[in-house]
Amino acid sequence: MSTPSTTPSPAAASFLVIGERTNITGSPKFAKALKAGDWDACLAIAKQQVESGANVIDINVDEALIDGEATMVKFLNLIAAEPDISRVPVMLDSSKWTVLEAGLKCIQGKGIVNSISLKDGEEEFLRRAKLLLRYGAAAVVMAFDEQGQAATRDDKVRICTRAYKLLTEKVGFPATDIIFDPNILTVATGIEEHNNYAVDFFEATRIIKQTLPGAKVSGGVSNVSFSFRGNNPVREAIHTVFLYHAIRAGLDMAIVNAGMLGVYEEIPRDLRELVEDVLLNRRPDATERLVKFADELKAQQGGASKTEQKEDLAWRNASVEARLSHALVKGIDQFIEQDTEEARQKYPRPLDIIEGPLMDGMRVVGDLFGAGKMFLPQVVKSARVMKKSVAYLTPFMEEEKKRAIAAGGAARPNGKFLIATVKGDVHDIGKNIVGVVLACNNYEVTDLGVMVPCDKILAKAREIGADVIGLSGLITPSLDEMVHVAKEMKREGFTVPLLIGGATTSAAHTAVKIAPEYEHGVVHVLDASRVVNVVSALLSPEQKPAYLAENAAKQERQREEFHARRSRKPLLSLEQARARKQTFDWATIDIPRPEFLGTRIFSTDQSLNPQLSPLNLGDIVAYIDWGPFFSAWELHGRFPQILEDEVVGTEAKKLFADAQKLLERIVSEKLYTARAVIGFWPANSVGDDIEVYADESRSRVLTTFHQLRQQLEKARGSVQPLSRRFHRAEGQRPPRLHRRFRGHGRTWRRETRRRVQSETRRLQRDHGAGARRPSGRSDGRVFPQAGAHRVRLRQGREPF
Amino acid sequence: MPTLAPSFSALQSLFEKRIAVLDGAMGSMVQTYKLDEAAFRGERFRDHPHDLKGNNDLLCLTKPEVIEEIHGAYFAAGADIVETNTFNSTAISQADYKLEPIVRDLNLAAVAIARRAAQKAEAATPGRHCFVAGAIGPLNRTLSMSPDVNRPDYRAVTWDQVVAAYTEQINALLDGGVDALLVETIFDTLNAKAALFAIETIFEQRGDAARVPVMISVTITDASGRTLSGQTVAAFYASIRHVKPFSVGINCALGGRQMRPFIEELAQVAECYVTSYPNAGLPNAFGGYDETPADMAAVLADFAKSGFVNMVGGCCGSTPAHIAAIAQAVKDLPPRKLPAGSEPVLQLSGLEPLLVR
Repeated sequence: MSTPSTTPSPAAASFLVIGERTNITGSPKFAKALKAGDWDACLAIAKQQVESGANVIDINVDEALIDGEATMVKFLNLIAAEPDISRVPVMLDSSKWTVLEAGLKCIQGKGIVNSISLKDGEEEFLRRAKLLLRYGAAAVVMAFDEQGQAATRDDKVRICTRAYKLLTEKVGFPATDIIFDPNILTVATGIEEHNNYAVDFFEATRIIKQTLPGAKVSGGVSNVSFSFRGNNPVREAIHTVFLYHAIRAGLDMAIVNAGMLGVYEEIPRDLRELVEDVLLNRRPDATERLVKFADELKAQQGGASKTEQKEDLAWRNASVEARLSHALVKGIDQFIEQDTEEARQKYPRPLDIIEGPLMDGMRVVGDLFGAGKMFLPQVVKSARVMKKSVAYLTPFMEEEKKRAIAAGGAARPNGKFLIATVKGDVHDIGKNIVGVVLACNNYEVTDLGVMVPCDKILAKAREIGADVIGLSGLITPSLDEMVHVAKEMKREGFTVPLLIGGATTSAAHTAVKIAPEYEHGVVHVLDASRVVNVVSALLSPEQKPAYLAENAAKQERQREEFHARRSRKPLLSLEQARARKQTFDWATIDIPRPEFLGTRIFSTDQSLNPQLSPLNLGDIVAYIDWGPFFSAWELHGRFPQILEDEVVGTEAKKLFADAQKLLERIVSEKLYTARAVIGFWPANSVGDDIEVYADESRSRVLTTFHQLRQQLEKARGSVQPLSRRFHRAEGQRPPRLHRRFRGHGRTWRRETRRRVQSETRRLQRDHGAGARRPSGRSDGRVFPQAGAHRVRLRQGREPF
Repeated sequence: MPTLAPSFSALQSLFEKRIAVLDGAMGSMVQTYKLDEAAFRGERFRDHPHDLKGNNDLLCLTKPEVIEEIHGAYFAAGADIVETNTFNSTAISQADYKLEPIVRDLNLAAVAIARRAAQKAEAATPGRHCFVAGAIGPLNRTLSMSPDVNRPDYRAVTWDQVVAAYTEQINALLDGGVDALLVETIFDTLNAKAALFAIETIFEQRGDAARVPVMISVTITDASGRTLSGQTVAAFYASIRHVKPFSVGINCALGGRQMRPFIEELAQVAECYVTSYPNAGLPNAFGGYDETPADMAAVLADFAKSGFVNMVGGCCGSTPAHIAAIAQAVKDLPPRKLPAGSEPVLQLSGLEPLLVR
């Protein structure tokens, strides 16, 4: 019973489950966690009920010893950072208006306030309704007035009707935003007047839905079974049966334990009968009979609910690396310390874990983010888990350092790194991550914070004797500021390398605009995972010259490419291009004659038709184009070079080995039947098109391939080929020829991919020159660079 | 029906008649003037203790002629509505420049400048009606996101502070005499809700005659189709529809082509007019924008032909040339029709929408 699709009956297709477990009065576990200030546990409860199918979560922190307003605000703010929870609307639940209002100031979605009523009179009721309208919230309206709570059908209907009129006529409150709670009261109390409470509720609901158009009906279900506290199987049965009838009467939503909903039909017939006798008030001894049954049941089962859900912990059985990755991707910090410890036992050095499994996990996060499958709040959560793991490892790294010193090793840090977000820019998550990663690698990091003016950066760099300076920025004007810093470094005679990072920065911009201003090395660092390699290369006297030379060469190429693009010649006119087509001297040219004309069909399975030419699966393997395969796995680069790529090589090799194993099985067990068709036909070019003929008489045209002459100018004196990818666009080829043209599909896909990448990498920089207009985040596609597959949690993804 | 501000019916009849045209970018136009720190400071702020370059809104006081010229260029290009140069004219945003005390002046000056440009354009073409919308930006502090990764519950600003800042700005914009209020480039819905809360409170204090159309424009930041604070388009709409906006739309962050699926989604759910003013494409590696006027006009004309929009314009990277091309491209295309009536649905939302039928 874990999803909304298993709500009580088919009639309940649109019925909403409002999770009650974050209600302090509805969940002892939540109450305990909240009182203890165990926010992680509170969030876990909220998350669990969304996973169990709650469509809305009810949040109630009313407790004498708790500061309701502060607690509500803190919990809502924490939830806002948990997209798995905050994807659903919130029901703010409190008996105190001030707590409700404090909550309304924290929710960006359209939520529900639970509740307002006529208890304090019309004036206050209307004042609050007006405010709700202004905050943009729906309202639960209790069937409560100056005289008290309505218990009978008629009182419920009377009070709700009065409230409806006031709201819609006096305040202009939309009827659709009114949710009546006609009070679900406890039955089977042994008090006779209570016996009809469920029936009163069902009937009142039916009348309200019929007579007050647009309004919805809700209720807190657990109250109905309050007499059976401690006997969960019976309570579940009562709730399930109650909902079955209430929904048929028109109940739209109810506050329930989302993990504890049964299916009406699955309740044992005897129990169901007894429960229905009570709820529908069918016989005077109904309560006694149910109590007796309940006691027997309890004796048998010990009161455990059979539908109580355990969080799915299957992922806990995976390897420690997989668990770390899972925790990062899902943003679960519950087990991160324990898993980190396990990894620490396994890996030689704590740093290996950061650079190994943790960075791998963040890489997955980056990929998912890039693919639009995760969004910012989730990424931020992942970053938090990462940080928690790093924090756990830090003391061990300190310890390691101490031991190294005791052993007479170098106590000095690897080098001094100064980092700052440049003037005019306030973004810092990425910068902070860079700082952590470097500090973990025994660099002494000085972080000047955000909006740091150039003179301050340079003064501090001199003061501490920084070995490397790093600049971060997210908004477009920061690019100019970075150029400015580079110029100033030159003017002031600096010689240390300058690192550039942040979402708005790019290798191209660094090469074209910044690097020329400062000759001692300006390196663009794509993301935090790269910074250690870069800094260690720059601080190694052996590696530095080669590294800088390579960097400079790369930047020179980027500048050339940039200027080449800039100075790109316009396209040839179609006429010019056509005039340059390749011409052949048909009299002298030697065209080998094919063995056959028409088609020939090959198959690995001749049993189908003995006329087919034989084909072995194993023979095809050598012709597989592995490029798209790696591309589909988001490992970008050319095959086979990708196997040796410094970043993705290891993964690519693993993937390739797995694929080979699978292929071997496919071949040896003949899992696939392969067929191929090869065809040769006489053909002529006619203008830009190619006509294909049925036979050598060339009298009947089988089909025409429409082509377009390429207009991008080729080298002087060469010919302008046809643009072959238009085959695909035209869709004109006969199906049998398909295999001959597979290569074109690939070209087309490659071209498409290239274009998508080049377009999307430019995504999102600035919003004009204003001080800090929002920048948004990039869609995270990588800047295409051969063989590079990298963490896409770039710097500066944070809003501010 | 209460009597609303006169601009209400004027804008309504414009939107009924044809697709309205909004202006283009202010920031990138200002950049072309290559103003230096001294120009930003002018005489009045010569000795101000904080750098002021880049505070475009301040130019309303120190270089009004530049701003008026830009507005004028947009009107000349065919814009029906220009936005006041007040994107950052709130105490919270101006705090970065230590200019909180002049917020009211900034807004009043901005409206006066835009109004002058409108009057000149109207005088140049008798019979023409030119409108001024008060631009209300998103602020540089967010109410639903923490700036501190280690303290997810922390907020750099409170709802009450945001409401107070917006209240000051909106009062000044209304005193200056704007024809509409445009809450725009919304990337955190809670900030927008605070702005709308302030607007509704002010309207109530001033009475219905002060009620100008409220236009709302959200920013979808990437291909996942969400705001920066994580909401989908439909969830966002559910969060703001309580103010019965005059229009709702999408601007910034994306070029028109990338915006298409989201505008389509919005056009399906919105019960009011729908607007779109994308960037001139996606920013290139240098923070510039590559889409030509013809490119942008083609995309927005496609929106119009598809029946998605009632107002179009440009955001970052667009220029008067872009607006001229856009105005030309949509001038004979019919505006989106308002949906006949809405079914009785309770619309809720978290990051995602939830409809209760």
